[in-house]
Amino acid sequence: MKRLFVKGNEAVAMGAIEAGCRYYFGYPITPQSDIPEYIAREIPKVGGVFIQAESEIASINMLLGASASGARAMTSSSSPGISLKQEGISYMSGSELPGLIVNICRSGPGLGGIDASQADYFQSVKGGGHGGYRIIVLAPDSVQEMYDLTMLAFDLSDRYRVPALLLADAVIGQVKEALVPHPYVAPADLPSKEWAVAGKQGRSDQRIVKSLYLGDGELEAHNWRLHAKYEELKKHEVRFEAYQTEDADFVVTAFGSAARIAKSAVMMAREAGLKVGLLRPVTLFPFPEQALSELADRGIPMLCVELNTGQMVDDVRLAVKCRVDVAFYGRAPGAGSLPTPEEIFKQIQKNMAAKL
Amino acid sequence: MTTQYKQVFGRPESLKDVATHFCPGCHHGTIHRLCAEAMDALDIQQRTIGVASVGCSVFLYGYFDIDVVEAPHGRAPAVATGVKRVRKDDVVFTYQGDGDLAAIGTAEIIHAANRGEAITVIFVNNTTYGMTGGQMAPTTLPQQRTSTSPTGRDVANDGYPIRMAELLAGLEGVAYSTRVAVDSPQHIIAAGKAIHHAFDCQVKSGGFSFVEVLSTCPTNWGMDALKANARVASEMIPYFPLGVFKDAACAEEGA
Amino acid sequence: MIQDFFMAGFGGQGVLLAGNLLAYTAIEAGLNASFFPAYGVEKRGGAANCTVVLSDGDIGSPVIGHPSTVLLFNPLAAEKYYPQVKVGGFCLANSSLIKDLSIRSDIETVMIPATDMAIEAGDARLINMVMLGALLGRNQIVSLDAVKSGLAGILPERNHRFLPMNNKAIDAGFAFTNR
Repeated sequence: MKRLFVKGNEAVAMGAIEAGCRYYFGYPITPQSDIPEYIAREIPKVGGVFIQAESEIASINMLLGASASGARAMTSSSSPGISLKQEGISYMSGSELPGLIVNICRSGPGLGGIDASQADYFQSVKGGGHGGYRIIVLAPDSVQEMYDLTMLAFDLSDRYRVPALLLADAVIGQVKEALVPHPYVAPADLPSKEWAVAGKQGRSDQRIVKSLYLGDGELEAHNWRLHAKYEELKKHEVRFEAYQTEDADFVVTAFGSAARIAKSAVMMAREAGLKVGLLRPVTLFPFPEQALSELADRGIPMLCVELNTGQMVDDVRLAVKCRVDVAFYGRAPGAGSLPTPEEIFKQIQKNMAAKL
Repeated sequence: MTTQYKQVFGRPESLKDVATHFCPGCHHGTIHRLCAEAMDALDIQQRTIGVASVGCSVFLYGYFDIDVVEAPHGRAPAVATGVKRVRKDDVVFTYQGDGDLAAIGTAEIIHAANRGEAITVIFVNNTTYGMTGGQMAPTTLPQQRTSTSPTGRDVANDGYPIRMAELLAGLEGVAYSTRVAVDSPQHIIAAGKAIHHAFDCQVKSGGFSFVEVLSTCPTNWGMDALKANARVASEMIPYFPLGVFKDAACAEEGA
Repeated sequence: MIQDFFMAGFGGQGVLLAGNLLAYTAIEAGLNASFFPAYGVEKRGGAANCTVVLSDGDIGSPVIGHPSTVLLFNPLAAEKYYPQVKVGGFCLANSSLIKDLSIRSDIETVMIPATDMAIEAGDARLINMVMLGALLGRNQIVSLDAVKSGLAGILPERNHRFLPMNNKAIDAGFAFTNR
């Protein structure tokens, strides 16, 4: 396939349409507007529907409706808009509806700024709305992964009937890189959507998509069933990249854009003769606890790098169970606050020196 | 000579054979029945999808024998938009109360109507929040006492009751907007025709149709069934006049 | 091989187009490339800058703290980014606008009257092509011809009538540094 030169946000849109998504509902917000703009232009050509909704709240609920009807559908936004969507994400979770939500994260809190940020980590992986649930969270670190993981997100979401969130930021959304598009092939064992509303069409049973359970014990049973799905996800769907970790004495953990910057720092460290690796979670939920735990078994200290004041580091520390030190280096998001590879390299040197 | 019996009245096919949970004197049961009769008459039960809202009518699927999606509070028109865009040939309707449609869901109803979504909206206006226990609604009448307007709705503080049917009739995207009541046999017959027409509008011309139904809430009004029923004519209709406010795209099929 | 480039100026100077073109040409030539534009809240005017990383292998960070090759289009960019050039690096500065640069001894600095050369080539807005041509005169990570055909690739068909004057500007820049 020909290599294209594509913006990260456009790769999401291309991957979605290729994966058979035919319904997009959204509301403009920087820095993700390339996604709706691309889809508004391209989806009608394949018979799809693009609606610019009156709000983020309406968008997520249109997604809920389209998804309840069995279609592959998506919405995209950036942090403040994702806050508004949390209501719908909670209802979708309770109703066991698949669907793709893309967050090209920007800085906050509040209106914050339009710069890259990873400060929505907690909101993404801990269940951002009410009621206690988890969603599938994928964190691409390149334009190619924006494309590939968009497709994967639809598959995982359909398979588990759990909403999927693609969590990127202004760096990965705005960067242009080579993309090798490839045809989408649906997994052969993807279950058919026999739960989707369609009009009864002569069926004796009704199909009901709902999240309200009032009978004694019903809601508790429902919650435990959801929990069991999350456990299944943890068992089968963890994905991560281990870069030069085999012989490493020290490992950096980071996701998305921070991982890209950290990777350059790791390259610098290797050039300086330091045995440093990078463990990059690709799925943030389910989190690569096992891989981190195995590094801890080897006694490898870590440095967690994030574009926030410290969020994923909590999960890294939980995974290593205090067996090794996990240092943190973060930059609070805002204009001019992207860390540089040089900066992270210094942190690596500092933390490695402290160990010797 | 033997007597021949012919059934002249029965339960609509589209309704399940169950007793409702609604309070005595509540009009939801009547409105449910009118919707089911319209589905039967138009022969659309097997291709109708209901979108339930939050409130007393959330158990739509318990009474209608159709596929149903439950929407978050106020969001039924957005959910119905998603459903209808996917299931273009199906009949999609929302069934919403006044708090749901005219307060928390104002943006969703206005924009779904303005887009001219091919859905039918049944709006049950009983001037109060029923399920949460009789709080002030956007349609609560001036001076009406509720649990959150204990001395009566003060328009200086709380604003005015919203006339949704008139408001939506002003939007280009709306094909049909009407207000009916079910407090008398004549009104019930007219309401049945309006609901039938609203569904027919969607089926025949793919327009957005809206039926506001004035309804009782005896429990939260603190009235018995008969007094509550009488209040519809004495207090509600004067403020919320019955009538057709728009019948554009589907005028030729008018009842 | 991995090389990074940073270009800065103000909106309207075509900084982003130059970076985009360099990265696109590299990808067409079989290299890996990342092009990261910094964007402001403003739609017009304001500062514009971008980072391009080219490699025949993995590309790590698309953002660089101390870039090794820097193209400075205006005084504001010079003030902010000249001190950031990596020790031992190379900087091309537009001397038509940048007047008071105290030249660093730990990097190589080439002053080029790019705006004047652009006007000579037909339009002040061709400064981006002059600067890019001048870069290629010193660093042929992609060839002059590849960049020219790359430009034809990224410019919409309706703007192809401007290709000759753009190519002229690229050539002028190239000749300036490749003497």
